[in-house]
Amino acid sequence: MDKSHNPRKTGAGWQEIFIPRMIKACGYSAILFVALIFFFLLREGLPTLGEVEAGALFGERWYPIESYFGILPLITGSLLVTLGAMAIAVPFGIGTAVFMAEIAPRWMREVLKPLVELLGGLPSVVLGFLGILVLSPYLRVFLDLPTGLTALAGSLLLGGIAVPTIVSIAEDALDAVPYSYREAAWAMGATRWQTIWRVTLPAARSGVLTAIMLGIGRTIGETMAVMMVTGNAPVLALALTSIFHPVRTMTATIAAEMGEVANGSVHYHVLFFIGLALFVISLIVNVAASSVVFKSKKRAERVLS
Amino acid sequence: MKFTILLALFLGSWLVACATPAGGEGGGGNASPPEATAYIENKGSDTIVNLALAWAEAYQGGRTGIRISVTGGGSGTGIAALINGTVDIANASRQIKQEEIEQALANGVEPVEFVIARDAIAVIVHPDNPVTQLTLRQLSDIYSGTINNWSQVGGEDRPIVRLSRETNSGTHVYFLETVLRLGDKNDKTLFSTDTLLLPSSEGIINEVRQNPNAIGYDGLGYVPDDLKIIAVAAIEGGDYVLPMISTVNDKSYPVARDLYMYTAGQPSSAVKDYLEWILSDEAQEIVAELGFVPIK
Repeated sequence: MDKSHNPRKTGAGWQEIFIPRMIKACGYSAILFVALIFFFLLREGLPTLGEVEAGALFGERWYPIESYFGILPLITGSLLVTLGAMAIAVPFGIGTAVFMAEIAPRWMREVLKPLVELLGGLPSVVLGFLGILVLSPYLRVFLDLPTGLTALAGSLLLGGIAVPTIVSIAEDALDAVPYSYREAAWAMGATRWQTIWRVTLPAARSGVLTAIMLGIGRTIGETMAVMMVTGNAPVLALALTSIFHPVRTMTATIAAEMGEVANGSVHYHVLFFIGLALFVISLIVNVAASSVVFKSKKRAERVLS
Repeated sequence: MKFTILLALFLGSWLVACATPAGGEGGGGNASPPEATAYIENKGSDTIVNLALAWAEAYQGGRTGIRISVTGGGSGTGIAALINGTVDIANASRQIKQEEIEQALANGVEPVEFVIARDAIAVIVHPDNPVTQLTLRQLSDIYSGTINNWSQVGGEDRPIVRLSRETNSGTHVYFLETVLRLGDKNDKTLFSTDTLLLPSSEGIINEVRQNPNAIGYDGLGYVPDDLKIIAVAAIEGGDYVLPMISTVNDKSYPVARDLYMYTAGQPSSAVKDYLEWILSDEAQEIVAELGFVPIK
């Protein structure tokens, strides 16, 4: 037995050493790439702090060819469009996921899911075309606005872009909840709605939160569709009614201006600084969401054990 | 813009490559010395690059023994190359600056100016908008945010939606200097913050086409027939003038600029022939085809 095992053991030993290390390298490379990107953004973006006064950098006017580098309108623009998109995409996306996982018959789910995922594969520039030719003229007439190229148009489009992401992941999470949970709830006399709202959704909470988080990530980083429909006017968007006015997002600013900017100029550094701000914002969203997920897991574990 | 530059580089090198065998044969047929083939290096403004390419193609198509290479990069780049003696002709959508002339003279180069075409910026509105004419001062007030309703300039009671190209467009800068600041160098007027900055000419035309509140501007050659062009008066009480070839050439339309070519000293034989051809009727027809204004 020992002798016949030996040659196989040496072969397996080589694989045992090589394959786990390769997998480990893949895992670490993700960390390495994020760190390298962050380092690059820091290197190109931080000189801004020496070149533009903090007061001017967080000022209300963005007009780079005359050296007005106030990034506040861009930050508020991005946040407003993202919040609007989430207000549309979260209820709509989770509603669709619940319908598909809990209510729809099996055959309908088999049809719906690939269709929703196909929707997620639509290039955003195509949606931008629809936005500029159909959505924004319609919004202008329907809401009697001066122009349809507004934050609202951006939010609607981005909501549409985020919905497939949210539906797909949230539906997987709901589907993974054991059927016995539902049977137990029904046995206790809970209605279908009570089962969904109090049992299935809380049990799938971490997956649903991940879905929302990825939806936000998709939304805040989206560039092309937003650049086409939001009008790109760098107005400070603080009031709730700002959603009916044009805004300029951080991503659209970088995309529109990076191509023509002189390498190493103040404007170039400020654009990287905006990229850094975007990076930090999505980091905050990620950390906040994962801390909620971990907390809920601990409590669930406590309840279950 | 990036694409235009790449295209220019590509076409430029292609033209050189294609002209090589043809020019060689032609040179061999006409005269035995190989230096019969003349090279012209042409570089500068991105506004002019398409026009310069069209000219180079048409000129080389009918002739042998000449090779023209056209590249973009911007007016400043072209003039800098002329000062350094690396190009024969520099294209510029603005006039050469005094300090550039001084640099050139210090380098032993005397820049000679040729006006090769003109470019008019048309102000456009929705065809249903009853406003047909505005003064430069009114345009300035509209774009800087002082006038916010069409009724203040004789139109319906509608809010004004201002459309502009992005800040990296040369047209944007020209409009800022000539219209918003009325040509005054010390004026620090800026576009109103709620001006929509659209990334393309097409975006502006599309919004003006469907929105009766909108006002926009664009190169005359890009404006389609279904939009309304505003007649502009340079001063209050002056004549309102529509942009067209005749009004741009007699300087009565105020929002138009000359496009230039510069040579180092009085041009030599091949360059001289080329520039003379550019000012001919045949070449100026190409100017009109590309949406610019011919100089005669």
